[in-house]
Amino acid sequence: MTPQQTVELALAAARGDGCVVIAEETSGANLRWADNTLTTNGVSRSRQLTVIAIDRRADGAAVGVVSRAGVRPEQVEELVREAEHEAGQGTPAEDAAELTGAGNHRSFCKNEDNGEERSGRPATTGASWDDNPSLTGIGVLRDFAVALGDTLRAARGAGRRLYGFAEHDMTSTFLGTSAGLRLRHDQPTGRVELNAKSDDLARSAWTAVATRDFTDVDIAGLADGLRERLGWARRSVELPPGRYETLLPPSAVSDMLVALYWAAGARDAAEGRTVFSKAGGGTRVGERLCELPVTLSSDPLAAGLGSAPFVIAHASGADSSVFDNGIALRPTSWIQDGSLAALVSSRHSAALAGLPVTPAIGNLTFATSAAGAPTLTEMIASTGRGLLLTSLWYIREVDPQTLLLTGLTRDGVYLVEGGEVVGAVNNFRFNESPVGMLGRMLEVGATVPTLPREWGDYFNRAAMPPVRVEGFNMSSVSQAN
Amino acid sequence: MTDVQARIDPEFTGLPLRELADAALTQATALGAQHADFRAERIRSQYIGLSDANPQTLFDADDTGLAVRVIVDGTWGFASTVDLNPDAAAQAARQAVEVAKVAAAMNTEPIELAPEPGYGEVTWVSDYEVDPFTVTVADKVALLAAWSSSLLAHPAVSHVDASLNQVRECKFYSDGTTTATQQRVRLNPSVTAVAVTDDGRFDDMQTLAPPAGRGYEYLGGTGWDFAAELAELPELLAAKLAAPTVRPGRYDLVIDPSNLWLVIHESVGHATELDRALGYEAAYAGTSFATPDKLGTLRYGSEVMHVTGDRTTEHGLATIGYDDEGVAGQAWDLISGGTLVGYQLDRRMAQRCGFGRSNGCAFSDGPNHIPLQRMANVSLRPAPAGGPSLDDLIAGVDDGIYVAGDKSWSIDMQRYNFQFTGQRFFAIKNGRLAGQLRDVAYQATTTDFWGSMEAVGGPQTYLLGGAFNCGKGQPGQVAPVSHGCPAVLMRGVRILNTAQEGAS
Repeated sequence: MTPQQTVELALAAARGDGCVVIAEETSGANLRWADNTLTTNGVSRSRQLTVIAIDRRADGAAVGVVSRAGVRPEQVEELVREAEHEAGQGTPAEDAAELTGAGNHRSFCKNEDNGEERSGRPATTGASWDDNPSLTGIGVLRDFAVALGDTLRAARGAGRRLYGFAEHDMTSTFLGTSAGLRLRHDQPTGRVELNAKSDDLARSAWTAVATRDFTDVDIAGLADGLRERLGWARRSVELPPGRYETLLPPSAVSDMLVALYWAAGARDAAEGRTVFSKAGGGTRVGERLCELPVTLSSDPLAAGLGSAPFVIAHASGADSSVFDNGIALRPTSWIQDGSLAALVSSRHSAALAGLPVTPAIGNLTFATSAAGAPTLTEMIASTGRGLLLTSLWYIREVDPQTLLLTGLTRDGVYLVEGGEVVGAVNNFRFNESPVGMLGRMLEVGATVPTLPREWGDYFNRAAMPPVRVEGFNMSSVSQAN
Repeated sequence: MTDVQARIDPEFTGLPLRELADAALTQATALGAQHADFRAERIRSQYIGLSDANPQTLFDADDTGLAVRVIVDGTWGFASTVDLNPDAAAQAARQAVEVAKVAAAMNTEPIELAPEPGYGEVTWVSDYEVDPFTVTVADKVALLAAWSSSLLAHPAVSHVDASLNQVRECKFYSDGTTTATQQRVRLNPSVTAVAVTDDGRFDDMQTLAPPAGRGYEYLGGTGWDFAAELAELPELLAAKLAAPTVRPGRYDLVIDPSNLWLVIHESVGHATELDRALGYEAAYAGTSFATPDKLGTLRYGSEVMHVTGDRTTEHGLATIGYDDEGVAGQAWDLISGGTLVGYQLDRRMAQRCGFGRSNGCAFSDGPNHIPLQRMANVSLRPAPAGGPSLDDLIAGVDDGIYVAGDKSWSIDMQRYNFQFTGQRFFAIKNGRLAGQLRDVAYQATTTDFWGSMEAVGGPQTYLLGGAFNCGKGQPGQVAPVSHGCPAVLMRGVRILNTAQEGAS
């Protein structure tokens, strides 16, 4: 049975006062290597059916959500009944609202800054509702595996050790509502991470790329880039903790700003519980966070970063709602020209916060509108004395009041003096807030696609610039290398 | 059918598990696999979340599937599927063999597994009374709503988040010599009270109740006194908001097991995983300073530091009868008298490094992932009966801090430098608690920290803490794990003020 048939079967079986069905076909393939040899690998295939049943009564609407893998045709009705049973015995949901139908899916959440009607074309694969689910398999990695084998052999011969991971996943999502909506989204997600170490393990460098199909991955080129970085580290410099002028490369910027994005929920802000809450009530929307003309935005149709162009919510949360399933997602600026412009919301939490409806979108872009934004190489060349980072790791929130985060620098901290890298520095533990960082940004470079290292398992689609930050807080030295 | 077998989810045992295993293993062997194992799983999970006593999140999941792992010409191959029929099982075996052949181009280290006796047909069920999936969602929501309402009634409390995560995990494993059918149940209840002041400050306080390998009886008071804990939470939160900010510097710490379990997890648990120490996680989770060349000599901590690994502790989240490679659950020493003496192993690592036998740490978080070496219950031994009470430990401090509950945590990729915060920090003055402190974090290097441990509390201070969500590996996997420990006394630990750290 196809996922489309499963959606129709479940909706036909629904007896309640509204039903949302999400059928997903997921496939994946991966290779992992360490110390120049393969360690693990695998292919997987899964099928998930989520039924959201709604029970409307005088005092509101209750919801039941049941999600199950590998449902066979004869089990579909049973799943619908389970969801309806949960809804029937549930208490009314705060976020209850009308379901999205074919007629109104684009009428919700109008972005007033962008009156242009965007086409509802399915993102990424261009497949229509009736087409077969898109799949991936080990074949996607076949050419890559051969090139990787060559690269590992070359590294072994040159006394370097390579570690890393390559993964390609595909999820085809079919969303149907009892209000008549049928939407489909195919999401490819891929990445390669590569870590090179010197033979004595004293020096380490890292790079990564996100990819949608592996045709654009040049593993030999990535390895060559790391060879240069290991070369930079031949001279080592010990530096103490302190506040340093620091160049953060795009990956490190993405990890800080994805953390900011995840903390930018409308409900918690309106409740006075986040860095985006205004003292005495309300939110900080409209407040200036950065003196530079920077914009942090999401767009489901962003080139190379395509993500679902409509809400897919398996469960409700503080700023997501199962009732919002199918709402069209429009380009959203979270920060516009340096000022906080929007917070992530469902229809319900937007109403609580008194803000426009701006649901979460699965990509993030940070860019300056200033002309002639420099590359990282140019920013290094214009540095008098500062640190250049490679990536950040083990990032955790320390204090939500300021969104203070802690974490480590990883796989390469370099000292830049007189416009040149002069050696590798010990790693640091940092204590720094992305909001505080925005306030101390001295320079923003040209935006390029990148992979968040810390959050890449959950957030794969980002385009970020390198940035120069004044007084980045390196709290203590880490002996790790 | 024995009593144990009768407790296992009949929908799981009703699947044609042996037929599926036979189809997969026969196919793999026919295609030349030197080793093949088969796993089928059903994982029921349910998450319920309330915001201010109103239901906010309900998610009920049911994951099933099968996996085939093979070794072909010394290279791993792995494949999984959700379809539970013999044709799909055989197809997965063929895919696993194909994956091994594609991967062979990159493999230079022939895979061999440490031997393990065959146990035949075995069954194991964790220790619990009430399967949480036999309790209605309405009852669970009503309990969490009652807890939330009791907190919201206090003037200091502005908001309450309450959640309950529950899992029932069924596994069937067969490698031809061992066929194990197992089920375990776990719960993670959590309640957080939030206070927002008129001048725009806010803070929160979470229950210290640990996740546990127990059934629904846990919420009714078996193993934890929720009523007592909830009753004191609002006043503790109000006192925290009114507390003075900490002066940074070096302090003696008395650390409660509700905080210390996480330090053990990060600085001992992960550091004594042999796959990390060998570099298999070097590009992701990281490596370990505790490398195998230091086994038997590395001074990890003071002489009162004795740490064990086990997959056998009652109600432990990593407790299991047989691991995902058919290895029987065991208990062993990791650190003895402050010296590194052991590692956590799977069959491949045990063979490669000459340990002879695996100690049973292979685990996969679901049918779609290959088993990795994952953490056992790693626990710090208390002092013998008659050892120090919490009050005794506090009495030994002139000017220090008592730390309870876990919150923020971070440690570097070789497990040297860490930073933790907590739920509650109390000043200790002249051997007595002297009110709460705010904005406290502690930072240390692993061996310095454990070297500064002057005393461990007695059995009366012991608590089994833990987490549902330990992450490792690529693709990422999550594992549940417990850590038992007593309260401890540490000398001269670096304390930071997080408000100062965050000042721009």
